[in-house]
Amino acid sequence: MDAMQYEAPGSVDEAVALLAAADGAAWVLAGGTDLLVQLRADLIEPGLVVDIKGISELRAITPENGGFRIGAAVTGAELGEHEGVKAVWPGVVEAMELIGSVQIQGRATLGGNLCNASPAADSVPALIAAEALCSVVGPKGRREVAVAEVATGPGETSLGPGEIVVDILLPERPARAADAYLRFIPRTEMDIAVVGVAVSLVLDERGVCAQARVALGAVAPRALLVPEAAAALIGGTVDDDALERLAAAARAACRPIDDMRGTVAYRTKVAGVLARRAAGIALARARSE
Amino acid sequence: MAKYHVSTSINDEAVEFLCEPQQTLLDVLRDELQLFGSKEGCSSGDCGACSVMLDGRLVCACLVLGVEAEGRAVETIEGMAKGDQLHPLQQSFLEEAALQCGVCTPGILIAAKALLERNPNPTETEVRYWLAGNLCRCTGYDKIVRSVLAVAEEMRGG
Amino acid sequence: MATEVKELKWIGKRPIRPDGVDKVTGRAKFGADLTLPGMLVGKVLRSPHAHARIKSIDTTKARALAGVKAVVTSADLPELASEWVPAGELQINFRDLSSNILARQKVFYDGHAVAAVAATSAALAKQALALIEVDYEVLPHVIDVVAAMQPEAPLLHDDLFTEGVTPTPETPSNIAKRVEFARGDLEAGFAQADAVVERDYTTKPVHQGYIEPHAVVASTSEDGQSEVWCSTQGQFSVRFYIAKLLSMEISQIRVTPSEIGGGFGGKTTVYLEPLAVLLSRQTGRPVKMVMTRAEVFRATGPTSGAALSVKIGATKDGTVTAAEATLRYQAGAFPGSPVQPGAMCAFAPYAFETFKVVGYDVVVNRPKVAAYRAPGSPIAAFGVESALDELAKRLEIDPLALREKNAAREGTHAAYGPRYGPIGFVETLQAVREHPHYQAPLGPNQGRGIASGFWFNIGGESCAMLNVAEDGTVVVVSGNPDIGGSRASLAMMAAEVLGIDFERVRIIVGDTSTIGYTFLTGGSRVTFATGMAVVQAAEDVVRQLRERAAKVWEISADAVIWEDGQAHPAGANAGEFEPLSLRDIAAEAGKTGGPICGNASLNAQGAGPGFGTHICDVEVDKETGRVTILRYTAVQDAGRAVHPSYVEGQLQGGAAQGIGWALNEEYVYDEDGRLQNPGFLDYRVPVASDLPMIEAVIVEVPNPNHPYGVRGVGEVPIVPPMAAVANAIENAIGVRMCDLPMSPPRLLAAIDNGG
Repeated sequence: MDAMQYEAPGSVDEAVALLAAADGAAWVLAGGTDLLVQLRADLIEPGLVVDIKGISELRAITPENGGFRIGAAVTGAELGEHEGVKAVWPGVVEAMELIGSVQIQGRATLGGNLCNASPAADSVPALIAAEALCSVVGPKGRREVAVAEVATGPGETSLGPGEIVVDILLPERPARAADAYLRFIPRTEMDIAVVGVAVSLVLDERGVCAQARVALGAVAPRALLVPEAAAALIGGTVDDDALERLAAAARAACRPIDDMRGTVAYRTKVAGVLARRAAGIALARARSE
Repeated sequence: MAKYHVSTSINDEAVEFLCEPQQTLLDVLRDELQLFGSKEGCSSGDCGACSVMLDGRLVCACLVLGVEAEGRAVETIEGMAKGDQLHPLQQSFLEEAALQCGVCTPGILIAAKALLERNPNPTETEVRYWLAGNLCRCTGYDKIVRSVLAVAEEMRGG
Repeated sequence: MATEVKELKWIGKRPIRPDGVDKVTGRAKFGADLTLPGMLVGKVLRSPHAHARIKSIDTTKARALAGVKAVVTSADLPELASEWVPAGELQINFRDLSSNILARQKVFYDGHAVAAVAATSAALAKQALALIEVDYEVLPHVIDVVAAMQPEAPLLHDDLFTEGVTPTPETPSNIAKRVEFARGDLEAGFAQADAVVERDYTTKPVHQGYIEPHAVVASTSEDGQSEVWCSTQGQFSVRFYIAKLLSMEISQIRVTPSEIGGGFGGKTTVYLEPLAVLLSRQTGRPVKMVMTRAEVFRATGPTSGAALSVKIGATKDGTVTAAEATLRYQAGAFPGSPVQPGAMCAFAPYAFETFKVVGYDVVVNRPKVAAYRAPGSPIAAFGVESALDELAKRLEIDPLALREKNAAREGTHAAYGPRYGPIGFVETLQAVREHPHYQAPLGPNQGRGIASGFWFNIGGESCAMLNVAEDGTVVVVSGNPDIGGSRASLAMMAAEVLGIDFERVRIIVGDTSTIGYTFLTGGSRVTFATGMAVVQAAEDVVRQLRERAAKVWEISADAVIWEDGQAHPAGANAGEFEPLSLRDIAAEAGKTGGPICGNASLNAQGAGPGFGTHICDVEVDKETGRVTILRYTAVQDAGRAVHPSYVEGQLQGGAAQGIGWALNEEYVYDEDGRLQNPGFLDYRVPVASDLPMIEAVIVEVPNPNHPYGVRGVGEVPIVPPMAAVANAIENAIGVRMCDLPMSPPRLLAAIDNGG
């Protein structure tokens, strides 16, 4: 067993150089709430761990064109304390804040939740519904990619060798817009999502749903954007009928597995229930804007 | 295996230690610094028995690498009492019998202290959700939650 | 022994526990908190298979690794004959225990220990494990209890022939034992009934879930003397088991119990301790072994999962005319499930005239079960208390009234044999009836359930020692690890007898060489049995104090009485003397006969049976199957609550564990028999936000066999919750759940199937 090395670079370029040089045996350490568990359980044996928390731009939340650029190493606790993001993207913030305990919140990061690529990651459906973009920096420079394109399957990402996610951009919101995230877990805390549903919508002046995005977590190998579910909401006042159609579309999109956290039938049914409930919350938020 | 030299602060004292990079802060506290008050119940962040403060944030020491303590401030259960003066939470836990076996107690005290520093007037529900990351198998949490609520009131001068 | 009538100074008060400050400051030393110079780290290689023959184990490469000091396998353990000994409320067979701590010809479950190493670091020990080559022949396995009972099931032990049936079967099976308790004519009883409920129920194995993993440090010197430090419920049991398993003399071993971070029965046996001694013996160095959480789940004992059938009939007025139960309990890899106590407890709360309980102890490819809080009783009670609830509904009788109608009382011939002395079951039912909770209004999708529970409680062997210091303070030495505040209650009883301030009594838990044999902390016995020993040792001190005062006063000891912590002349005839306090007498002890030291050793009989009744309110989310516990009240007869806070704590903690058992806790195995959820993430014990306040109501019907009326209290509280929750769910939404856990997917499926 080779000794593990630890580096805490001060810049993105330095981090990228370290990772690129390590030839695949390197892991990025942000909050460490997934990485250290895997390390401890001997699931991974990194030659190098690159701690990105010392890179100041990865720790910042910066307003940008009415939206927010959130550093990949911003923790759940820090995001939850940011009144600005919370006001504009309450669903994204509540999704991130649902991850683990207060102790986990003190460490877990938005970038880490994304790059760990768990199908059940709570923040990812919310970010997808928000149409968030992330900046990826690698040996070949910087590129922007939709959050939905980062995870490709359980534990798998589209990131190339040496590439890291440096920030996530939440776009500007018009008036009467809101989002919401709900997940189902067996207990009230500390579990991995059995199903997660994010709904983002925009109402026009008459209260008609002008835009909507619906994303599901834990019902497929990666979080799913479900345009058919969004279509059930768009063009109407989000009445009970629309909510039922939304639920049906959400159910129809599910491609879950049976595992110890839930069955196919359970996940599918509850996806519909949560879609309806999350849309209700988003709607109430949008109406009170 | 090359060891890393780390300079940090533990309970307001400057501390230096050597550690291997894969050692967690919990390993370092217990095995290198002989601070056994933080307990290892799971090593996966699920039980909270190793809760400590890191730069003012509540964290599980099992999910922090020892090397990450460089230049930062760590607070553990060993620093909770000041001299021979117990923290009001420690005193209340004794008076209200908010512990049975006591192995989760250090972590719960650290977590409860962090709560009251942020929110001096928590509801029962807020206390319960704040402490959800600290498993206790003995008490059913009843006396713990009552104790935290009582101390909050006492510290507010109620 | 008469219960004290005069006002008590300490019993019933709530002083701060003597070990409290150490536990709120992090100073208390638990199992993993000891470090010795030159200490090695020991680790265990575990089977990845549920059932396999070990064809060979090659440790050559592991031994060759620099820093590896010893590697042991079952070849290093003496072969033992089959021999059963009591272990807490269960029994242990040494041959099986030996095979459990290191597998012999076969591995019987995922996580079964195969070899152990000692190395200079944890990392090297882990590397060494990876270098041990085990050649397995994988065998078909069986996980489910009903499947394991079938004739075609994979056979775990080819020498296992069912006990308790005549004639003994000629072919081996996985059914280790059959037990039966019966009285009356069952057929006639059911014929008299106006309504009969008959149901099958299943429960999943659940783990005790103590937060502190098993941990031990052993140090063996060249002459074979071993010092062992470990987290255990019984240092004397550990000493005995090590002696047996390693063929040592008991006096060669000194076991010091660390503070114990929870046990609930699970720390009444050994896993690592003999291995640490063996490794230490081979290396001549101290060896520390600490389990990971995954090892705790994979390789230490949960309680049984079970399949049961219950049938109960009653007349219109609610009188039960016949009751029948068949209990099938998983024992894990080796015989010894708690099916016998389960069968004895099943109908224990009731004065049924006619009943039959049959129990089967069944081996399966899972870790060997260990004791867990009232072993066996909660499983049986889930079935019986659920069936009673359904019967009450069928008869349109209040479920509480049905229990009142059939409740066991003083003089009832208990279903498991004896006649009850004074017991407090009816009093718990009455307390429920009078409690505001029982009548509180409920909203939509909300329901209320009640259920009762029973546990024998035990007595047994205990020693206690009281040493009076020169300044009149007192040190008590007990032989029971303090798992939940027992030092407080023991010290209170000493202070009560001596008539001195509680603060002037210190108490320590002695190691096996400083105090006489004391049976383990379990069976809800410590405050009862060791409490009685402490009372007798304190009375021994009082006798000596009276003698010393008599000597000073030059009168007969009979003419001296002890009152309020002072010696007084018994009356005017005895003479006029200023009272002598404990402090006065202690200061002069050297001149009046030497140090004052009281001792007691006893085998306590007459533990008072314990009964409890719980009220549970739930709300059901019918769209997701989530159950929220809204309100919970646990009522129990404690005999006499010495320190009510810690009695309440037992009620609250037991109820919380029961709620976890009811709603979410279960072992999940894949089709290869590998445990899928060996961690607190997916083995879901209740977290703080899952529970409401749990109101504890203490009823006191004194146990006449204890000087202060104490009954054990620790175990009863885990018995009622599963049925209480199931009954509440049924009351809320009309869906009867017969399979545990009543997790959201299972409940939603039941709702969708129309219950």
